[in-house]
Amino acid sequence: MNVEFYEKIWMWAATGLLALFLGTIVIGAASSAVHPPGKLETVDPTKLLEHPEFSQPGVKERADGSVVVVVLAETYAFTPDPIEVPANRPVTFRLTSSDVMHGFQVVGTNANAMAIPGYVTEFTISFKPGEYTIGCNEYCGVMHHNMVGKLIAKEAK
Amino acid sequence: MKGRFALAGSHIGVSIAAFAVASFMGVLQALSIADISFPRRDESLFYVSVTAHGVLMALVFTTYFIMGLGYALAEVNLGRVVGKAAAWFAFVMSLAGSVMAAVSILRGESTVLYTFYPPLQAKPSFYIGATLLVVASWIWGGVMLASYRSWRKENPGVPAPLAIHGMIATILIWYLATAGLAVEVVGMLIPWSLGWVATIDPLVARTFFWWFGHPLVYFWLLPAYVLWYTVLPKVAGGKLFSDSLGRMVFILFVLLSTPVGFHHQFVDPGISSGWKLAHTVLTYAVIYPSLVTAFTIVASLEVAGRMRGGTGLFGWIRKLPWGDPFFASIALAMIAFVFGGWGGAINAAYAMNGMIHNTAWIQGHFHVTVGTTVGLSFMGGTYWLLPRMTGRALRFRALAITQPYLWILGMALFSTSYHIAGIRGLPRRVYSASLNGEQGAQWHTLTVIAAVGAVVLLVSALCYVTVAVATWLGGKKGEAPAFEFAASLRPPVASMWDRYGLWTVVAIVLILLAYGYPIVHLLMQARYGSPPFRPF
Ligand code: HEM
Ligand SMILES: [Cu+2]
Ligand SMILES: [Cu+2]
Repeated sequence: MNVEFYEKIWMWAATGLLALFLGTIVIGAASSAVHPPGKLETVDPTKLLEHPEFSQPGVKERADGSVVVVVLAETYAFTPDPIEVPANRPVTFRLTSSDVMHGFQVVGTNANAMAIPGYVTEFTISFKPGEYTIGCNEYCGVMHHNMVGKLIAKEAK
Repeated sequence: MKGRFALAGSHIGVSIAAFAVASFMGVLQALSIADISFPRRDESLFYVSVTAHGVLMALVFTTYFIMGLGYALAEVNLGRVVGKAAAWFAFVMSLAGSVMAAVSILRGESTVLYTFYPPLQAKPSFYIGATLLVVASWIWGGVMLASYRSWRKENPGVPAPLAIHGMIATILIWYLATAGLAVEVVGMLIPWSLGWVATIDPLVARTFFWWFGHPLVYFWLLPAYVLWYTVLPKVAGGKLFSDSLGRMVFILFVLLSTPVGFHHQFVDPGISSGWKLAHTVLTYAVIYPSLVTAFTIVASLEVAGRMRGGTGLFGWIRKLPWGDPFFASIALAMIAFVFGGWGGAINAAYAMNGMIHNTAWIQGHFHVTVGTTVGLSFMGGTYWLLPRMTGRALRFRALAITQPYLWILGMALFSTSYHIAGIRGLPRRVYSASLNGEQGAQWHTLTVIAAVGAVVLLVSALCYVTVAVATWLGGKKGEAPAFEFAASLRPPVASMWDRYGLWTVVAIVLILLAYGYPIVHLLMQARYGSPPFRPF
């Protein structure tokens, strides 16, 4: 292929730029554990009422001191509501839906994940103290915009 | 309409009609989101409207324009469309399908949005109608490839005209992409909506949807690139800087546009972060051909500006024909892509995605990319095609030349506001930015500005439709201007980029590598299906 001198410079510059972008992402993924949810765990969406965990959504402290929030998304509400968690501590969310897909987004934070019936979405994040709005950001029916919850992150005394 | 272009013209006519209807819906949606009331504003109509607007714009307006453009380019570049009977059959079939789906949407029975994620369930006529449109587009692709092969037999050893090369790449992408769609719709959604199977796996369906959904954007973009590479330098009065880089770019898209769908599923469960990272790498690779395009096109325009007497580092820019409706549309579409591409790189960044996923940022993003880079290119393409196909001069030239500038102005207001609102956390696809009525103070001003932008966009859309319809029906008859394509500074040479069969095989291998393991792994789990829901 005949490629001009300036084209060559540009092509190398483009390659360099993309390598830089990717490098940042890969290094971020490797070193500071910036990971999106990646777990494969299934659950029967029609039997959540009998499920040991999702029949009782709520905030729980595990034996090792870590905090787990089990959230059920259903048209058009999140349970529990409000969600009260300790601030400045890693909180692990375990999320599923009993009907259609929903989004779970804590406004103003990076907590943003899909709730998909049949699957458990798990991710960990910590919050600064404050009150946050939770919005459903996946269309889930005629009252989708109405599907709002609240999260309160409290500083430990 | 001259007989030769009847096929192309009919397709472009449908495309314009769909665009006109969907534009009105878009404005009402923007008003609704901003809580500006109007008669008959209500929740269920809003979601019906978003479904119709998304399908009409993203699937009907684009696909019909692309099919029409393809037929016109085949007539002009290859001197033939082989299999016209099949092409007309496909046209009727696609119309029947589109009408079927549209009726189902407008009756409020299929308010599932254009992404139709199960377990939301539409009526079978919605899925079957969409399938007819897609199958018809496969026939279009077959007719185009047959026309190319017939030309190829008479012209051995010569590289295909660049415009045809670009359309072939578009068609290959479309076949690879719609294979995923067919699995989802024919294999899963239709049997489920007919009640033949009781449940569906929403994640598996969604994964196949995004196998289709990302290359879909390159199916829209490549025909726009065809206009940029082959027509724009000519209209600007210059030459294409590099033909062989253009050929490489189109093939890179064939290879890289499909195996990247997980970047739409970063925050989904069930797909491991390693595979998400792998798709991220390929996603960044697919930025590369667009960067090369930026260089080639801007260099071609510089050649044109200097041939027109422009001097100095930037003096050539002023010499370009900014008062030509085609040129202005495409040039502004390209400028929009600088912003759109930058936003896209953020969406694809594994860790930043969580900030904007499914927020208003997304509607801001795709109205710049598909709505402007592609949409405005197609509008400009219409100004170029119509006089050449019909032998009628553009009517209301003043409207035609104002239109792209209005579009950019409207889109700047609309899209910038939604981008910012998205960063501040406004969810997308909401009837009202005050959500349950108690939120939204932080988003209100932004959504009002977006609504003002939407009104400007509607005015621009109406200018476009008026010019197109008036030209078609009442433009002054005369000698049709010739279809002229840009010559290349260096003449085209046959190269490895012309080996379509080989590249298709490589593309399939890449797709299998990127999707094979994660899908099989998913299918091997104990999974629980979902029954249908119709909360609309
Ligand atoms: C008159 C110009 C237009 C206006 C005022 C407009 C406005 C809107 C609005 C307000 C939404 C709803 C966004 C949301 O709530 O998430 C929307 C959605 C959408 N628009 Fe447009 N739009 C216009 C043109 C276009 C064009 C040219 C295209 C593509 C070619 C397009 C494609 C879409 C798509 C795909 C959706 C998504 C529907 C969904 O989320 O399911 N729009 N538009
Ligand atoms: Cu929801
Ligand atoms: Cu929702």
